[in-house]
Amino acid sequence: MMRDQKLWTWHLAAGVVILFLLGLHMTVMHLNVTVPLKGLNPAGGHPIDWQNVIARGKIGAFALTYVVLLGAALFHGLYGLRNILFELNPASWLKRTVSIVLLLCGLALFSFGTWAAIAGFSLAKAM
Amino acid sequence: MSAKNLTEVTYRIRRFDPDGDTAPHWEEYSIPYSAGMTVLDGLWKVKEMRAPDLAWRSSCRMGVCGSCGMLVNGKARLACNTQVTELGGDTVVVAPLPNFDIVRDLVPELAPMFDSHRALMPHVIREDVQEQEHPTGEFWQSAHELEQYLQFSYCIKCGCCMAACPTFATDALYSGPMPLGQAHRYNSDTRDGGFSARKRVLAGEAGPWRCHFAGECSRVCPKGVDPAKAIQLMKRELVLDYLRLHKQHRPATVAKKATETKRREGIPEPPAPTV
Repeated sequence: MMRDQKLWTWHLAAGVVILFLLGLHMTVMHLNVTVPLKGLNPAGGHPIDWQNVIARGKIGAFALTYVVLLGAALFHGLYGLRNILFELNPASWLKRTVSIVLLLCGLALFSFGTWAAIAGFSLAKAM
Repeated sequence: MSAKNLTEVTYRIRRFDPDGDTAPHWEEYSIPYSAGMTVLDGLWKVKEMRAPDLAWRSSCRMGVCGSCGMLVNGKARLACNTQVTELGGDTVVVAPLPNFDIVRDLVPELAPMFDSHRALMPHVIREDVQEQEHPTGEFWQSAHELEQYLQFSYCIKCGCCMAACPTFATDALYSGPMPLGQAHRYNSDTRDGGFSARKRVLAGEAGPWRCHFAGECSRVCPKGVDPAKAIQLMKRELVLDYLRLHKQHRPATVAKKATETKRREGIPEPPAPTV
């Protein structure tokens, strides 16, 4: 069974992705004065001004970062939660149940978040 | 209390007789202190003077065999390697190693630990069985390569690290620091070619994945081995292996005999044997 080796490697990879994309988020949303990224805050002012939000929403790659960050954060967080729950030494049937429930929760949240990102992108494009 | 003033020591021992007791209980014994007395010496004195039926494991009395691992004043230690005075008081609290079933009194059931140890194939694995059975020489290894695993080979399998590990305490599938440390010891030995064979166990639930680096195993190790480091290094190797970035070495070949090598210029001949 190579499952744990595979999951752990993806856990680390998701952590690196989160680090990079959260860095990007912090740069765009909170360091806009120190590190001004013109294309992402074209109207100037505050990053959450309506014009800036719509301008970012029109960028497909930016919408994609939302989806990737969501996927990485969900996998990283839920796998971590699974590890913590497994430390409570549950029975093997309960372990399987926990894994399935967390997987379904992750997939549901990912689907919802992806739909929201795509809907936001479509709405911004239409404006 | 300084060793100078110490005349009597109280041993508080957790006892359990599977034939008569339903649960372990504590008993206290006072014995005279003698200079240089180790916890193990004290146990012998308790057995001689107060409790002839007291049971524990011990053998070498010099911190080599790893038999006398027990919980002394809350820390897993070797009884033979612990001076009573270093505990800083006149009471010695002794219990069997936690995280193991108790056979009797201070005797833990170590069989599950050795089962996990065996499952991880703690020996050199090579394809050239003929060379191993009938060696024609030594396998070549540099001093630097030796350094990669040397400290892990000092492990005496006393079980102190297993008793201190919070993950092993709760996760029955986790192999524990000793077997994992030993698996890393052989994986990083250049004479060995058994990484793939051990990976079959390590990549699953028995592997190092549940370790969250509390580091207690390394803190209590009486031989100064760092199993926590071995586990982190092993995680790195297994992740690199999954990413196909792990450098698989070919097991070291047989070194040339000194007579087969050419002497470098400028190095004088050794003196003639005197006997």
